[in-house]
Amino acid sequence: MQYLIAFMESPATFEHRSPIDNSGPDMGAWYAYIGAIRASGIVTGGAGLMPPSTGAVVTVRDGGRQVVDGPYPDSKEQLGGFFIVEVPDLDTALEWAARSPAASDGSVIVRPLMPPMP
Amino acid sequence: MKTIDAPPAPGANARAAAEMAVRASYGRLVAILAARSRNIAAAEDALADALAAALLRWPEDGVPDRPEAWLLVAARRRLGQAARHNRVHEAAAAEIRLLVDTMTETDPAAIPDERLKLMFVCAHPAIEPAAQAPLMLQSVLGLDAARIAASFLTSPAAMSQRLVRAKARIREAGLAFEVPGRDELAGRLDAVLSAVYAAYGTGWDGAFGDDPRRAGLAEEAIWLGRLIVGLAGPQPEALGLLALMLASEARRPARRDAAGRFVALADQHPALWDGLLIDEAEDLLRRAATFGRPGRFQIEACIQSVHLSRRLTGRTDWTALAGFYDLLVTLAPTVGNRVARAAAIAEADGPAAGLAVLDALAAAADAYQPYWATRAHLLARSGQPAEAAASFLRAAGMAEDPALRSYLLGRAATLAS
Repeated sequence: MQYLIAFMESPATFEHRSPIDNSGPDMGAWYAYIGAIRASGIVTGGAGLMPPSTGAVVTVRDGGRQVVDGPYPDSKEQLGGFFIVEVPDLDTALEWAARSPAASDGSVIVRPLMPPMP
Repeated sequence: MKTIDAPPAPGANARAAAEMAVRASYGRLVAILAARSRNIAAAEDALADALAAALLRWPEDGVPDRPEAWLLVAARRRLGQAARHNRVHEAAAAEIRLLVDTMTETDPAAIPDERLKLMFVCAHPAIEPAAQAPLMLQSVLGLDAARIAASFLTSPAAMSQRLVRAKARIREAGLAFEVPGRDELAGRLDAVLSAVYAAYGTGWDGAFGDDPRRAGLAEEAIWLGRLIVGLAGPQPEALGLLALMLASEARRPARRDAAGRFVALADQHPALWDGLLIDEAEDLLRRAATFGRPGRFQIEACIQSVHLSRRLTGRTDWTALAGFYDLLVTLAPTVGNRVARAAAIAEADGPAAGLAVLDALAAAADAYQPYWATRAHLLARSGQPAEAAASFLRAAGMAEDPALRSYLLGRAATLAS
């Protein structure tokens, strides 16, 4: 079965995040986790996200488009990245979710994927 | 009986008395209530109703002399009402018997202890193995499903479902509440002991994690272990399991340094181990050994005992350990035991011998964190720092406990530089 494992992270952890330089205090743990989960062969997709402040939110109401800057990181936790994994059951997905640095730092969401549309 | 102390807050006293009575006797009462109907869920509901009634009545009427008997009578009455509503196929005789029992069983000394039967039914082969330990924790100790779910690393919804399914199975399949006869006892007892050990292992893993809900589970499992030893009579493997849990528990104070960092067993300071628990474990193990019927729990307890003897001798007898592990993997060839055997062989015969054992395990142990940590350690000792660093990194990426993770990352960084 396929599951989404989504990492919810605090504003503080976004500050250390850098795609080029893995020297931030948490990056070693993430580097190890990402290496291990990829090596296990269960990952079918996923990505880390740039900080929420770099994004935007789009709504269309009454025919008008509204764009606001992405949610600022002073709200509690923001989506920081995700994996899609192919594993036999929920317990296995939860096991990998618990191994991520976000499990002890922020929180991790695990959701089964719906089957693809026909 | 009246107390001579000031009588403040009768409501609070009554509540505390009710809660203490339920905590101490939850499993006893559930076992008695469910023994005849084979319906654990109904027994738990009836007990919950009885507790609610107690919390209403006791502040008004005073706490009864025998709270446990009071709760049992109230829950029985409640079960009888439910039976009148729900059961049409059972003869009225059963209900009359129920009421007669109610009249005669108000003496607490006469309340039989049926918890061992309850444990056996929870660990019945017809119940899925993943539900056995959680079911025992819920029905014998009264832990709630959310707490059990957190401990067993699953969602509360999934755990509730698992528990409901298991209880329905006991009811529908009519599984018997009984302690098996002598011939069958050893095999069935092993399932009960394994479920308790699974609960202990979960508590042990989580004892220093960030989730406080997991922390108490080791104590709950030891509680169950003591209960089995008390109720099942002299059973070598029951004694062995209790010895094993107490010996592991004895090392708890040494598993972290003052800063909360993980301390490997080899680096633990024996002075920090709990001597009283070790003595109790050793005593249990000696009692078990007099039966001359070794089993996996006794052997695992022996392994702990060899480690703990460092407290007295200052050294670890690795050859003895490797021998115990050889014996253990013939009885219980789990990945964990086979990895631990490789580590013992490496200490006794050198890292190359250990690595050879690990190589044969690679496919089975790929998703097992201690495999990578052990491999890393042996690679480092055999002068392969780059390979060791990569394995430490892999182990770190699979570690759930932040303290263990930073220990493994630290080892990787030291070797890589």
